[in-house]
Amino acid sequence: MSSHLIATPSAETYKSESQPRKGFFTDTSVCIGCKACEVACKEWNHVPPDPQGLTGNSYDNSGELGANRWRHVAFIEQKVSVGIEESPPESFVEEAARQNLVSDGLDPHADEDGFRWLMSSDVCKHCTEAGCLDACPTGALFRTEFDTVVVQEDICNGCGYCVVSCPFGVIDQREGDGRVWKCTMCYDRLKDDMEPACAQACPTDSIQFGDLEELRERAARRVERLHGRGHEEARLYGDSEDDGVGGFGAFFLLLDEPETYRLPPDPVVPTRRTPEVWAAALGAAAALAGGVAASFLRGRR
Amino acid sequence: MNPKGGEASMVPRERPTSYYGRPIVKPPVWKPEIPLYFFFGGLAGASANLAAAATFAGRPRLARRAWVGAFVGVTVSPMLLIKDLGRPKRFLYMLRVIKITSPMSLGAWLLAANGGATTLATGLNLLLPRRRGGLPEVGAALLGAPLATYTAALITNSAIPAWSEARVEMPFVFGASAAASAAGAALLTVPGDEAEPARALGIAAVVVEEAASKIMLKRLGPLAKAYEKGEAGKVDKAARALSAAGALALLAGGRRGRSGSSPRGAGLARGRRGAKAPAGGGGDPARRAISAAGGALLLAGAVCKRWAVFKAGFASAEDPDQTINLQRERMAAEGRPGA
Repeated sequence: MSSHLIATPSAETYKSESQPRKGFFTDTSVCIGCKACEVACKEWNHVPPDPQGLTGNSYDNSGELGANRWRHVAFIEQKVSVGIEESPPESFVEEAARQNLVSDGLDPHADEDGFRWLMSSDVCKHCTEAGCLDACPTGALFRTEFDTVVVQEDICNGCGYCVVSCPFGVIDQREGDGRVWKCTMCYDRLKDDMEPACAQACPTDSIQFGDLEELRERAARRVERLHGRGHEEARLYGDSEDDGVGGFGAFFLLLDEPETYRLPPDPVVPTRRTPEVWAAALGAAAALAGGVAASFLRGRR
Repeated sequence: MNPKGGEASMVPRERPTSYYGRPIVKPPVWKPEIPLYFFFGGLAGASANLAAAATFAGRPRLARRAWVGAFVGVTVSPMLLIKDLGRPKRFLYMLRVIKITSPMSLGAWLLAANGGATTLATGLNLLLPRRRGGLPEVGAALLGAPLATYTAALITNSAIPAWSEARVEMPFVFGASAAASAAGAALLTVPGDEAEPARALGIAAVVVEEAASKIMLKRLGPLAKAYEKGEAGKVDKAARALSAAGALALLAGGRRGRSGSSPRGAGLARGRRGAKAPAGGGGDPARRAISAAGGALLLAGAVCKRWAVFKAGFASAEDPDQTINLQRERMAAEGRPGA
């Protein structure tokens, strides 16, 4: 089915007020796991604290995205060769300098003992075809003039349908509040021509904000450069409009399979199945009505 | 391949791993009101069909009791839905928009419309015992059938693998379960002769529900685990046992044998059509009690079925492997890169 039956681009809705689509490009190869994005997001958006205690999962003590966490930094510890091992026995620092590893920004935390860190700041994907938005029965979720997806807190009645409709497990209901919350891509800051708090706070430019089209070009160049240096494992995630959600507004450069980072390898918006879903429900309804009528015919025999 | 013998060639990866075993999709935030609503919505929708058919077929006693069942269902349903909301006072916001992409949205409208039609039809049937049916009955039945099955669409139109992948069969499971509920509720109060169609409906519904569930689980493959293990598995077993026992009770409480040797009860000629109908348990208190017990068992089975399906969604969402494997297998089947 044509996805555009459902996903209305903001240009059609906003006409002359529509803006170029804004997005995030999160380049995880330069993330240093400082969590400045998590903190800046909470500060700017007044997101309440949600103490988790120590999880034992590396340095990740905040768990995952949810109503009270709109940026989340994942920490993955992997025992793998980092390439330096096979080199002549120079010092680690000399070898790293020779290979331009630091200036390339790759694996800044890799040690020569075959251990590497993967760090990645996750965020709402602001999908082209957004499951949360399609599911929302109140119209609380809407598409902005920047083609981002935002919840109107004065409309949401906490039905919770968006929560099960997000293929990424991003949006969630806030305990004690009842409504759902997620990243707004700092809609208020965007309106004032400012970049979102997380992107501004990121010290390594792992989080890049801008016009989505320009970000996609930049990301393609970046991944090409990494491949050229032999890092075949670098791949873009969510940059293609041919995927199951019509492309992400916030996409990523990853150094491993998506599921390693708690990301679905092939997300599909539930709306793509909605015609099948309704056909089955109507078919069953017809069968129910027919079955009831038939039980009367039988009784008359 | 990495010329320096880097990570790409060195990482042993038979299958991708998830992030500390954390779920990828979120489990529902819905409370027990929601599976209960699935039950009452099903009861309301299927009862409206049973009641409308009884009105048109000239079985006034069955019609009146089934209309009351539909009315109870359609009255309790919105209460449960509103209670489950994070902001109950905003329940009317459900009717701000209408969205074909959202079964929750269309369902809210369906429930509201069916509520109106059912209330009207119930009132007319209670006030006018000789009523033979009209537009309100037709409307309540036409809106009632999808009311009973859209709740399946509500959960299958989601990102939760064990729900979403059951999208073809689930409405039939829910529809059959709703039919069993309607029949069960009617048999609780309607004596044998007039309840004959409800008895037939109840037995058929249990058979269809079991068959649709079997097909669903088979087609779900590894995802069926969500329905077969844990709390969902236990409750599903209970649901099937209750429904089967209910169906057997309906068989036992129905007309006995087809040889004509069955004892004809004293209350045979009850109701206008009593003389035409086969001898039932109308006047036999024992058989009437068995039928009523069967009806109660069907209702209990239907509640358990919805609860089992509800809990299966949690189990599926909380298992990252269900999400990952489904997507990986799809990618591999379509021969896509990265599979």
